[in-house]
Amino acid sequence: MSHDAFITREVIEGASAGPLADRTVAVKDNISTEGVRTTCGSAMLAEYVSPYDATVVERVMEAGATIAGKTNMDEFGMGTTTETSHFGPTTNPTDDERVPGGSSGGSAAAVAAGEADLALGSDTGGSVRCPAAFCGVVGIKPTYGLVSRYGLVAYANSLEQIGPLAPTVEEAAELLDVVAGADERDAMTRPQGDDADYASAADGDVEGMTVGVLTDLVEGADDRVRSVFEDSIDDLAARGADICEVELDSLAHAVQAYYVIAMSEASSNLARFDGVRYGVSGERSEPEARQSAKRTDGESGGFDGDWNDAFARSREAGFGPEVKRRVLLGTYALSAGYHDKYYKKAQDARAWIKRDFDGALADADVLASPTMPVLPPKLGESLDDPLALYLMDANTVPVNLADLPAISVPAGTADGLPVGVQFIGPAFGEEAIVRAGSAIEK
Amino acid sequence: MSNGSVDPDTVRHVAGLARVDLAESEVEAFATQFAEVLEYFETLDEVPAVESEPDLTNVLRTDEMRDSLTQDEALGNAPDTEDGYFEGPPVG
Repeated sequence: MSHDAFITREVIEGASAGPLADRTVAVKDNISTEGVRTTCGSAMLAEYVSPYDATVVERVMEAGATIAGKTNMDEFGMGTTTETSHFGPTTNPTDDERVPGGSSGGSAAAVAAGEADLALGSDTGGSVRCPAAFCGVVGIKPTYGLVSRYGLVAYANSLEQIGPLAPTVEEAAELLDVVAGADERDAMTRPQGDDADYASAADGDVEGMTVGVLTDLVEGADDRVRSVFEDSIDDLAARGADICEVELDSLAHAVQAYYVIAMSEASSNLARFDGVRYGVSGERSEPEARQSAKRTDGESGGFDGDWNDAFARSREAGFGPEVKRRVLLGTYALSAGYHDKYYKKAQDARAWIKRDFDGALADADVLASPTMPVLPPKLGESLDDPLALYLMDANTVPVNLADLPAISVPAGTADGLPVGVQFIGPAFGEEAIVRAGSAIEK
Repeated sequence: MSNGSVDPDTVRHVAGLARVDLAESEVEAFATQFAEVLEYFETLDEVPAVESEPDLTNVLRTDEMRDSLTQDEALGNAPDTEDGYFEGPPVG
Protein backbone atom coordinates (compact mmCIF):
# COMPACT_ATOMS: atom_id res chain seq x y z
CA MET A 1 0.00 0.00 0.00
CA SER A 2 1.24 3.45 -0.89
CA HIS A 3 1.88 6.00 1.82
CA ASP A 4 2.67 8.81 -0.64
CA ALA A 5 6.23 8.80 0.64
CA PHE A 6 7.64 10.01 -2.69
CA ILE A 7 7.11 13.25 -4.63
CA THR A 8 9.19 11.96 -7.55
CA ARG A 9 9.80 8.27 -8.20
CA GLU A 10 12.93 8.16 -10.31
CA VAL A 11 15.65 5.56 -10.02
CA ILE A 12 19.21 6.87 -10.36
CA GLU A 13 21.84 4.15 -10.52
CA GLY A 14 25.06 4.64 -8.57
CA ALA A 15 28.48 3.02 -8.95
CA SER A 16 28.54 -0.73 -9.51
CA ALA A 17 30.41 -1.52 -6.30
CA GLY A 18 30.94 0.01 -2.88
CA PRO A 19 29.83 -0.18 0.75
CA LEU A 20 26.21 0.58 -0.23
CA ALA A 21 26.05 -1.66 -3.32
CA ASP A 22 22.58 -3.24 -3.74
CA ARG A 23 21.02 -0.72 -1.35
CA THR A 24 18.37 1.79 -2.30
CA VAL A 25 18.42 5.24 -0.72
CA ALA A 26 15.42 7.59 -0.73
CA VAL A 27 16.42 11.27 -0.74
CA LYS A 28 14.45 14.11 0.84
CA ASP A 29 13.26 16.53 -1.79
CA ASN A 30 15.25 19.49 -0.47
CA ILE A 31 18.52 17.72 -1.37
CA SER A 32 19.64 18.50 -4.92
CA THR A 33 19.74 15.74 -7.54
CA GLU A 34 21.15 16.60 -10.97
CA GLY A 35 18.54 16.39 -13.71
CA VAL A 36 15.78 15.39 -11.28
CA ARG A 37 13.11 17.68 -9.85
CA THR A 38 13.93 19.05 -6.38
CA THR A 39 10.74 20.67 -5.10
CA CYS A 40 11.24 21.20 -1.34
CA GLY A 41 7.57 20.22 -1.07
CA SER A 42 6.67 23.67 -2.42
CA ALA A 43 4.61 25.04 -5.31
CA MET A 44 7.45 27.55 -5.68
CA LEU A 45 9.81 24.81 -6.91
CA ALA A 46 7.25 22.38 -8.35
CA GLU A 47 9.06 22.43 -11.73
CA TYR A 48 12.60 23.14 -10.50
CA VAL A 49 15.21 20.70 -11.83
CA SER A 50 18.55 20.94 -10.06
CA PRO A 51 21.55 21.39 -12.40
CA TYR A 52 23.91 19.71 -9.92
CA ASP A 53 24.11 17.00 -7.23
CA ALA A 54 24.39 17.66 -3.50
CA THR A 55 27.64 16.34 -2.00
CA VAL A 56 25.72 13.67 -0.04
CA VAL A 57 24.08 12.44 -3.26
CA GLU A 58 27.48 12.18 -4.97
CA ARG A 59 28.79 10.24 -1.97
CA VAL A 60 25.97 7.69 -1.74
CA MET A 61 26.16 7.06 -5.49
CA GLU A 62 29.94 6.63 -5.37
CA ALA A 63 29.31 4.14 -2.55
CA GLY A 64 27.22 2.03 -4.94
CA ALA A 65 23.72 2.94 -3.77
CA THR A 66 20.74 3.39 -6.07
CA ILE A 67 18.63 6.49 -5.47
CA ALA A 68 15.00 5.31 -5.12
CA GLY A 69 13.38 8.73 -5.57
CA LYS A 70 12.71 12.05 -3.88
CA THR A 71 10.66 12.01 -0.73
CA ASN A 72 7.80 14.15 0.51
CA MET A 73 8.39 16.76 3.19
CA ASP A 74 6.87 19.74 4.92
CA GLU A 75 7.28 22.74 2.64
CA PHE A 76 10.94 23.89 2.87
CA GLY A 77 11.24 21.72 6.03
CA MET A 78 8.78 23.88 7.94
CA GLY A 79 6.55 21.51 9.87
CA THR A 80 6.43 18.52 12.18
CA THR A 81 3.86 16.36 10.33
CA THR A 82 4.62 16.50 6.53
CA GLU A 83 1.14 17.99 6.11
CA THR A 84 2.40 21.39 4.88
CA SER A 85 3.69 19.80 1.65
CA HIS A 86 2.20 21.32 -1.51
CA PHE A 87 1.92 17.74 -2.80
CA GLY A 88 -0.35 16.53 0.00
CA PRO A 89 0.40 14.54 3.14
CA THR A 90 2.29 11.27 3.58
CA THR A 91 0.61 8.71 5.84
CA ASN A 92 2.28 6.79 8.65
CA PRO A 93 2.93 3.16 7.60
CA THR A 94 2.21 1.98 11.16
CA ASP A 95 -1.26 3.62 11.13
CA ASP A 96 -2.71 5.17 7.96
CA GLU A 97 -4.85 7.64 9.88
CA ARG A 98 -1.81 9.23 11.47
CA VAL A 99 0.96 11.58 10.34
CA PRO A 100 4.47 10.20 9.78
CA GLY A 101 6.04 13.17 11.58
CA GLY A 102 8.14 15.73 9.81
CA SER A 103 9.58 17.40 8.17
CA SER A 104 11.38 14.37 6.64
CA GLY A 105 8.13 12.34 6.79
CA GLY A 106 8.48 10.84 3.31
CA SER A 107 11.99 9.56 4.07
CA ALA A 108 10.88 7.89 7.32
CA ALA A 109 7.73 6.42 5.75
CA ALA A 110 9.70 5.05 2.77
CA VAL A 111 12.04 3.19 5.13
CA ALA A 112 9.25 2.03 7.48
CA ALA A 113 7.20 0.69 4.53
CA GLY A 114 10.21 -1.01 2.92
CA GLU A 115 10.01 1.22 -0.17
CA ALA A 116 13.68 2.06 0.31
CA ASP A 117 16.43 0.37 2.34
CA LEU A 118 17.77 3.66 3.66
CA ALA A 119 16.97 7.35 3.41
CA LEU A 120 18.45 10.80 3.79
CA GLY A 121 16.56 13.56 5.58
CA SER A 122 17.53 16.94 6.96
CA ASP A 123 17.21 17.99 10.59
CA THR A 124 16.89 21.69 11.47
CA GLY A 125 14.96 21.25 14.72
CA GLY A 126 14.14 17.53 14.78
CA SER A 127 13.10 16.85 11.19
CA VAL A 128 14.98 13.51 11.00
CA ARG A 129 14.40 12.36 14.59
CA CYS A 130 10.66 13.20 14.80
CA PRO A 131 9.56 11.15 11.77
CA ALA A 132 11.97 8.37 12.76
CA ALA A 133 10.25 8.18 16.16
CA PHE A 134 6.70 8.36 14.73
CA CYS A 135 7.36 5.72 12.03
CA GLY A 136 9.37 3.33 14.22
CA VAL A 137 12.74 3.66 12.43
CA VAL A 138 16.18 4.97 13.38
CA GLY A 139 17.23 8.55 12.59
CA ILE A 140 20.48 10.42 13.28
CA LYS A 141 21.05 14.18 13.47
CA PRO A 142 24.84 14.51 13.11
CA THR A 143 27.05 17.06 14.88
CA TYR A 144 26.90 20.42 13.10
CA GLY A 145 29.75 20.34 10.59
CA LEU A 146 30.01 16.54 10.24
CA VAL A 147 28.03 16.29 6.98
CA SER A 148 28.21 18.67 4.02
CA ARG A 149 25.14 20.83 3.38
CA TYR A 150 26.24 21.64 -0.20
CA GLY A 151 23.15 21.14 -2.34
CA LEU A 152 20.74 21.23 0.61
CA VAL A 153 18.20 24.01 0.00
CA ALA A 154 18.71 26.24 3.04
CA TYR A 155 15.99 26.90 5.59
CA ALA A 156 17.96 27.81 8.75
CA ASN A 157 21.57 27.07 7.95
CA SER A 158 23.10 27.65 11.40
CA LEU A 159 20.96 24.75 12.69
CA GLU A 160 20.61 22.17 9.94
CA GLN A 161 22.39 18.95 9.09
CA ILE A 162 21.59 16.16 6.63
CA GLY A 163 21.13 12.85 8.45
CA PRO A 164 20.38 9.16 7.75
CA LEU A 165 17.23 7.10 8.42
CA ALA A 166 17.28 3.28 8.46
CA PRO A 167 15.56 0.25 9.98
CA THR A 168 18.45 -0.36 12.41
CA VAL A 169 21.10 1.68 14.22
CA GLU A 170 23.90 -0.14 12.39
CA GLU A 171 22.46 0.60 8.94
CA ALA A 172 21.88 4.27 9.84
CA ALA A 173 25.51 4.46 10.98
CA GLU A 174 26.69 2.81 7.73
CA LEU A 175 24.95 5.52 5.71
CA LEU A 176 26.39 8.20 8.01
CA ASP A 177 29.87 6.72 7.44
CA VAL A 178 29.41 7.27 3.70
CA VAL A 179 28.13 10.87 3.81
CA ALA A 180 30.25 12.24 6.72
CA GLY A 181 33.47 14.14 6.20
CA ALA A 182 34.94 17.44 5.11
CA ASP A 183 33.79 19.07 1.88
CA GLU A 184 35.45 22.17 0.44
CA ARG A 185 32.03 23.29 -0.81
CA ASP A 186 30.66 23.58 2.76
CA ALA A 187 33.10 25.68 4.78
CA MET A 188 31.46 24.61 8.06
CA THR A 189 32.46 20.95 7.60
CA ARG A 190 35.18 19.53 9.81
CA PRO A 191 37.56 16.61 9.20
CA GLN A 192 36.29 14.51 12.16
CA GLY A 193 34.02 12.52 9.86
CA ASP A 194 36.74 11.62 7.33
CA ASP A 195 37.13 7.81 7.17
CA ALA A 196 34.34 7.45 9.71
CA ASP A 197 33.44 4.02 11.08
CA TYR A 198 30.44 4.69 13.29
CA ALA A 199 28.80 1.40 12.27
CA SER A 200 31.27 -0.66 14.29
CA ALA A 201 30.15 1.20 17.44
CA ALA A 202 26.71 -0.47 17.12
CA ASP A 203 27.76 -3.23 19.50
CA GLY A 204 25.20 -2.69 22.25
CA ASP A 205 27.93 -2.56 24.89
CA VAL A 206 26.85 0.02 27.47
CA GLU A 207 28.68 -1.54 30.42
CA GLY A 208 30.01 1.38 32.48
CA MET A 209 28.46 4.03 30.22
CA THR A 210 26.93 6.98 32.10
CA VAL A 211 23.47 7.92 30.82
CA GLY A 212 22.04 11.24 32.04
CA VAL A 213 18.24 11.37 31.92
CA LEU A 214 17.02 14.88 30.98
CA THR A 215 14.24 15.11 33.55
CA ASP A 216 12.87 18.42 32.17
CA LEU A 217 12.13 16.68 28.86
CA VAL A 218 10.71 13.52 30.47
CA GLU A 219 8.27 15.43 32.68
CA GLY A 220 6.70 17.20 29.70
CA ALA A 221 5.93 13.94 27.90
CA ASP A 222 2.63 12.06 27.58
CA ASP A 223 2.36 9.34 30.27
CA ARG A 224 2.27 6.53 27.68
CA VAL A 225 5.47 7.83 26.06
CA ARG A 226 7.07 8.24 29.45
CA SER A 227 6.31 4.66 30.44
CA VAL A 228 8.03 3.22 27.32
CA PHE A 229 10.97 5.58 27.85
CA GLU A 230 11.41 4.54 31.49
CA ASP A 231 11.36 0.85 30.52
CA SER A 232 14.20 1.53 28.07
CA ILE A 233 16.26 3.27 30.72
CA ASP A 234 15.69 0.35 33.12
CA ASP A 235 16.87 -1.96 30.34
CA LEU A 236 20.09 0.07 29.90
CA ALA A 237 20.68 -0.10 33.67
CA ALA A 238 20.23 -3.88 33.54
CA ARG A 239 22.92 -3.97 30.84
CA GLY A 240 25.41 -2.23 33.12
CA ALA A 241 24.88 1.46 32.30
CA ASP A 242 25.02 3.98 35.14
CA ILE A 243 21.90 6.14 35.14
CA CYS A 244 21.77 9.65 36.60
CA GLU A 245 19.29 12.51 36.45
CA VAL A 246 20.17 15.81 34.81
CA GLU A 247 18.24 19.07 35.16
CA LEU A 248 19.01 21.92 32.77
CA ASP A 249 17.25 25.24 33.50
CA SER A 250 18.02 26.62 30.05
CA LEU A 251 15.81 24.06 28.29
CA ALA A 252 12.64 25.95 29.24
CA HIS A 253 13.65 28.55 26.65
CA ALA A 254 14.72 26.25 23.84
CA VAL A 255 11.54 26.23 21.73
CA GLN A 256 11.25 30.03 21.81
CA ALA A 257 14.94 30.49 20.96
CA TYR A 258 14.77 27.90 18.20
CA TYR A 259 11.77 29.44 16.47
CA VAL A 260 13.12 33.00 16.67
CA ILE A 261 16.45 31.92 15.16
CA ALA A 262 14.98 29.52 12.57
CA MET A 263 12.34 32.02 11.41
CA SER A 264 14.89 34.84 11.23
CA GLU A 265 17.25 32.74 9.12
CA ALA A 266 14.33 31.56 6.98
CA SER A 267 13.24 35.12 6.23
CA SER A 268 16.73 35.78 4.86
CA ASN A 269 17.33 32.44 3.11
CA LEU A 270 13.95 32.40 1.36
CA ALA A 271 14.46 35.93 0.01
CA ARG A 272 16.10 34.25 -3.01
CA PHE A 273 12.72 32.97 -4.20
CA ASP A 274 11.59 35.86 -6.37
CA GLY A 275 10.32 34.07 -9.47
CA VAL A 276 13.10 35.38 -11.75
CA ARG A 277 15.90 32.77 -11.73
CA TYR A 278 13.57 29.91 -10.76
CA GLY A 279 10.18 29.48 -9.15
CA VAL A 280 6.74 30.85 -9.84
CA SER A 281 6.93 34.01 -11.95
CA GLY A 282 5.27 37.12 -10.54
CA GLU A 283 4.73 38.25 -14.11
CA ARG A 284 0.98 38.64 -14.13
CA SER A 285 -1.56 38.89 -11.40
CA GLU A 286 -3.74 36.01 -12.63
CA PRO A 287 -2.65 32.63 -11.23
CA GLU A 288 -3.41 30.85 -14.54
CA ALA A 289 -1.01 33.17 -16.36
CA ARG A 290 1.77 32.30 -13.94
CA GLN A 291 1.27 28.62 -14.54
CA SER A 292 1.64 29.00 -18.30
CA ALA A 293 4.58 27.51 -20.15
CA LYS A 294 7.84 29.37 -19.97
CA ARG A 295 8.59 31.92 -22.64
CA THR A 296 11.93 32.19 -24.35
CA ASP A 297 10.71 34.23 -27.28
CA GLY A 298 12.00 37.51 -25.96
CA GLU A 299 8.61 39.20 -26.04
CA SER A 300 8.40 42.00 -23.56
CA GLY A 301 6.95 40.63 -20.36
CA GLY A 302 3.52 41.22 -18.92
CA PHE A 303 4.74 42.47 -15.57
CA ASP A 304 2.45 44.82 -13.68
CA GLY A 305 4.18 47.28 -11.40
CA ASP A 306 7.84 47.12 -10.35
CA TRP A 307 10.21 44.47 -8.94
CA ASN A 308 8.66 44.60 -5.49
CA ASP A 309 5.13 44.08 -6.79
CA ALA A 310 6.23 41.17 -8.97
CA PHE A 311 8.23 39.51 -6.17
CA ALA A 312 5.33 39.83 -3.73
CA ARG A 313 2.99 38.19 -6.27
CA SER A 314 5.50 35.38 -6.93
CA ARG A 315 5.79 34.67 -3.21
CA GLU A 316 2.05 34.88 -2.58
CA ALA A 317 1.48 32.21 -5.21
CA GLY A 318 4.54 30.06 -4.52
CA PHE A 319 4.57 29.83 -0.70
CA GLY A 320 2.07 27.96 1.48
CA PRO A 321 0.66 29.31 4.77
CA GLU A 322 3.33 27.90 7.14
CA VAL A 323 6.18 29.28 5.01
CA LYS A 324 4.51 32.71 4.86
CA ARG A 325 3.98 32.56 8.62
CA ARG A 326 7.64 31.84 9.35
CA VAL A 327 9.03 34.32 6.80
CA LEU A 328 6.81 37.07 8.22
CA LEU A 329 7.55 36.28 11.88
CA GLY A 330 11.28 36.13 11.05
CA THR A 331 11.07 39.47 9.25
CA TYR A 332 9.30 40.89 12.29
CA ALA A 333 11.88 39.50 14.75
CA LEU A 334 14.72 41.09 12.77
CA SER A 335 12.99 44.42 12.13
CA ALA A 336 14.13 47.69 13.68
CA GLY A 337 13.14 47.92 17.33
CA TYR A 338 12.61 44.19 17.83
CA HIS A 339 16.02 42.74 16.98
CA ASP A 340 17.39 43.06 20.53
CA LYS A 341 14.16 41.87 22.12
CA TYR A 342 13.83 38.66 20.11
CA TYR A 343 16.90 37.74 18.04
CA LYS A 344 19.58 38.83 20.50
CA LYS A 345 17.82 37.17 23.45
CA ALA A 346 17.42 34.00 21.41
CA GLN A 347 21.18 33.98 20.75
CA ASP A 348 21.76 34.36 24.51
CA ALA A 349 19.44 31.40 25.14
CA ARG A 350 21.33 29.39 22.50
CA ALA A 351 24.66 30.08 24.23
CA TRP A 352 23.13 29.18 27.61
CA ILE A 353 21.76 25.88 26.29
CA LYS A 354 25.14 25.04 24.75
CA ARG A 355 26.90 25.75 28.03
CA ASP A 356 24.37 23.65 29.98
CA PHE A 357 24.82 20.70 27.60
CA ASP A 358 28.63 20.96 27.70
CA GLY A 359 28.48 20.83 31.49
CA ALA A 360 26.13 17.84 31.55
CA LEU A 361 28.20 15.96 28.97
CA ALA A 362 31.33 16.48 31.05
CA ASP A 363 29.71 14.13 33.59
CA ALA A 364 27.65 11.83 31.37
CA ASP A 365 28.63 9.96 28.19
CA VAL A 366 25.19 10.50 26.64
CA LEU A 367 21.96 12.24 27.63
CA ALA A 368 18.55 10.62 27.13
CA SER A 369 14.94 11.74 26.64
CA PRO A 370 11.85 10.67 24.73
CA THR A 371 12.37 11.87 21.12
CA MET A 372 8.84 13.26 20.90
CA PRO A 373 6.70 14.15 23.91
CA VAL A 374 3.57 12.81 22.18
CA LEU A 375 2.36 9.86 20.07
CA PRO A 376 1.87 10.55 16.32
CA PRO A 377 -1.23 12.76 15.89
CA LYS A 378 -4.02 11.96 13.44
CA LEU A 379 -3.92 13.62 10.02
CA GLY A 380 -5.55 17.06 10.05
CA GLU A 381 -5.53 17.24 13.82
CA SER A 382 -2.74 19.72 14.45
CA LEU A 383 -2.46 22.27 11.63
CA ASP A 384 -4.94 24.82 13.01
CA ASP A 385 -2.84 25.72 16.01
CA PRO A 386 0.72 26.67 14.98
CA LEU A 387 1.94 27.29 18.52
CA ALA A 388 0.78 23.85 19.75
CA LEU A 389 2.65 22.29 16.83
CA TYR A 390 5.83 24.24 17.65
CA LEU A 391 5.69 22.95 21.24
CA MET A 392 5.85 19.36 19.97
CA ASP A 393 9.50 20.09 19.08
CA ALA A 394 10.50 20.70 22.72
CA ASN A 395 12.78 17.65 22.99
CA THR A 396 14.50 17.87 19.62
CA VAL A 397 15.31 21.59 19.11
CA PRO A 398 17.79 21.94 22.02
CA VAL A 399 20.17 19.58 20.18
CA ASN A 400 20.26 21.78 17.06
CA LEU A 401 20.78 24.92 19.16
CA ALA A 402 23.77 23.22 20.84
CA ASP A 403 25.21 21.84 17.52
CA LEU A 404 25.31 18.32 19.04
CA PRO A 405 24.66 14.84 17.57
CA ALA A 406 21.55 12.86 18.52
CA ILE A 407 19.89 9.62 17.53
CA SER A 408 16.26 8.45 17.75
CA VAL A 409 15.78 4.71 18.20
CA PRO A 410 12.48 2.78 18.35
CA ALA A 411 11.95 1.77 21.97
CA GLY A 412 8.61 -0.02 21.80
CA THR A 413 4.99 0.96 21.30
CA ALA A 414 2.19 2.60 23.24
CA ASP A 415 -1.41 1.98 22.09
CA GLY A 416 0.16 0.23 19.09
CA LEU A 417 2.09 3.37 18.04
CA PRO A 418 5.89 3.68 17.91
CA VAL A 419 7.79 5.53 20.63
CA GLY A 420 11.34 6.76 20.07
CA VAL A 421 14.12 7.29 22.59
CA GLN A 422 16.65 10.04 21.91
CA PHE A 423 20.32 9.90 22.91
CA ILE A 424 22.41 13.08 22.73
CA GLY A 425 26.22 12.96 22.62
CA PRO A 426 29.11 15.42 22.79
CA ALA A 427 30.19 17.22 19.61
CA PHE A 428 31.62 14.66 17.15
CA GLY A 429 30.77 11.92 19.68
CA GLU A 430 28.65 9.92 17.19
CA GLU A 431 30.11 6.61 18.46
CA ALA A 432 28.55 7.14 21.90
CA ILE A 433 25.01 7.71 20.58
CA VAL A 434 25.31 4.82 18.12
CA ARG A 435 26.45 2.53 20.95
CA ALA A 436 23.68 3.61 23.34
CA GLY A 437 21.07 3.36 20.58
CA SER A 438 22.15 -0.10 19.56
CA ALA A 439 21.74 -1.29 23.16
CA ILE A 440 18.06 -0.28 23.09
CA GLU A 441 17.31 -2.42 20.03
CA LYS A 442 19.14 -5.53 21.29
CA MET B 1 3.17 47.12 19.30
CA SER B 2 2.37 45.58 22.62
CA ASN B 3 1.87 41.96 23.30
CA GLY B 4 -1.28 40.17 22.35
CA SER B 5 -2.37 43.00 20.08
CA VAL B 6 -0.94 42.31 16.66
CA ASP B 7 -3.32 44.19 14.40
CA PRO B 8 -3.93 43.53 10.71
CA ASP B 9 -1.98 46.69 9.77
CA THR B 10 1.12 45.29 11.47
CA VAL B 11 0.76 42.06 9.52
CA ARG B 12 0.38 44.05 6.26
CA HIS B 13 3.45 46.14 7.11
CA VAL B 14 5.62 43.08 7.79
CA ALA B 15 4.28 41.33 4.68
CA GLY B 16 5.33 44.40 2.70
CA LEU B 17 8.85 44.25 4.15
CA ALA B 18 9.03 40.52 3.33
CA ARG B 19 7.61 41.05 -0.20
CA VAL B 20 4.74 38.60 0.27
CA ASP B 21 1.24 39.56 -0.90
CA LEU B 22 -1.48 38.22 1.41
CA ALA B 23 -5.19 37.66 0.95
CA GLU B 24 -7.38 39.56 3.42
CA SER B 25 -8.40 36.28 5.11
CA GLU B 26 -4.71 35.43 5.65
CA VAL B 27 -4.08 38.85 7.23
CA GLU B 28 -6.82 38.25 9.80
CA ALA B 29 -5.69 34.72 10.65
CA PHE B 30 -2.02 35.73 10.92
CA ALA B 31 -2.84 38.64 13.25
CA THR B 32 -4.40 36.24 15.77
CA GLN B 33 -1.69 33.59 15.40
CA PHE B 34 1.21 36.07 15.55
CA ALA B 35 -0.12 37.53 18.81
CA GLU B 36 -0.09 34.07 20.35
CA VAL B 37 3.37 33.12 19.08
CA LEU B 38 4.94 36.48 19.99
CA GLU B 39 3.49 36.25 23.49
CA TYR B 40 5.25 32.91 23.86
CA PHE B 41 8.53 34.41 22.55
CA GLU B 42 8.15 37.07 25.25
CA THR B 43 9.47 34.61 27.87
CA LEU B 44 12.93 35.07 26.31
CA ASP B 45 13.05 38.21 28.46
CA GLU B 46 13.94 35.93 31.39
CA VAL B 47 17.11 34.70 29.68
CA PRO B 48 20.28 36.14 31.23
CA ALA B 49 22.94 37.70 29.02
CA VAL B 50 25.40 34.90 28.25
CA GLU B 51 29.00 35.40 27.22
CA SER B 52 29.77 33.16 24.31
CA GLU B 53 33.10 32.82 22.61
CA PRO B 54 32.51 30.77 19.51
CA ASP B 55 35.53 28.91 18.27
CA LEU B 56 35.84 30.62 14.91
CA THR B 57 38.53 30.15 12.31
CA ASN B 58 38.74 31.60 8.84
CA VAL B 59 38.34 29.04 6.08
CA LEU B 60 40.10 30.24 2.95
CA ARG B 61 40.65 28.88 -0.50
CA THR B 62 42.80 30.05 -3.36
CA ASP B 63 40.99 32.13 -5.94
CA GLU B 64 41.26 29.89 -8.95
CA MET B 65 39.16 29.37 -12.06
CA ARG B 66 37.13 26.19 -11.94
CA ASP B 67 34.19 24.61 -13.69
CA SER B 68 30.80 26.06 -13.01
CA LEU B 69 27.33 25.86 -14.53
CA THR B 70 27.05 26.70 -18.22
CA GLN B 71 24.89 29.67 -19.15
CA ASP B 72 22.17 27.31 -20.43
CA GLU B 73 22.19 25.34 -17.17
CA ALA B 74 22.03 28.52 -15.11
CA LEU B 75 19.06 29.78 -17.16
CA GLY B 76 17.37 26.38 -17.29
CA ASN B 77 14.86 27.02 -14.50
CA ALA B 78 14.06 30.65 -15.28
CA PRO B 79 10.40 31.38 -16.13
CA ASP B 80 11.49 34.02 -18.68
CA THR B 81 14.76 34.57 -20.51
CA GLU B 82 15.87 36.83 -23.30
CA ASP B 83 19.11 36.63 -25.34
CA GLY B 84 20.83 34.51 -22.69
CA TYR B 85 19.74 36.70 -19.77
CA PHE B 86 17.16 36.34 -17.01
CA GLU B 87 14.15 38.50 -17.74
CA GLY B 88 12.86 40.36 -14.73
CA PRO B 89 10.17 42.93 -13.98
CA PRO B 90 10.77 46.62 -14.79
CA VAL B 91 12.88 48.51 -12.26
CA GLY B 92 11.10 51.26 -10.31
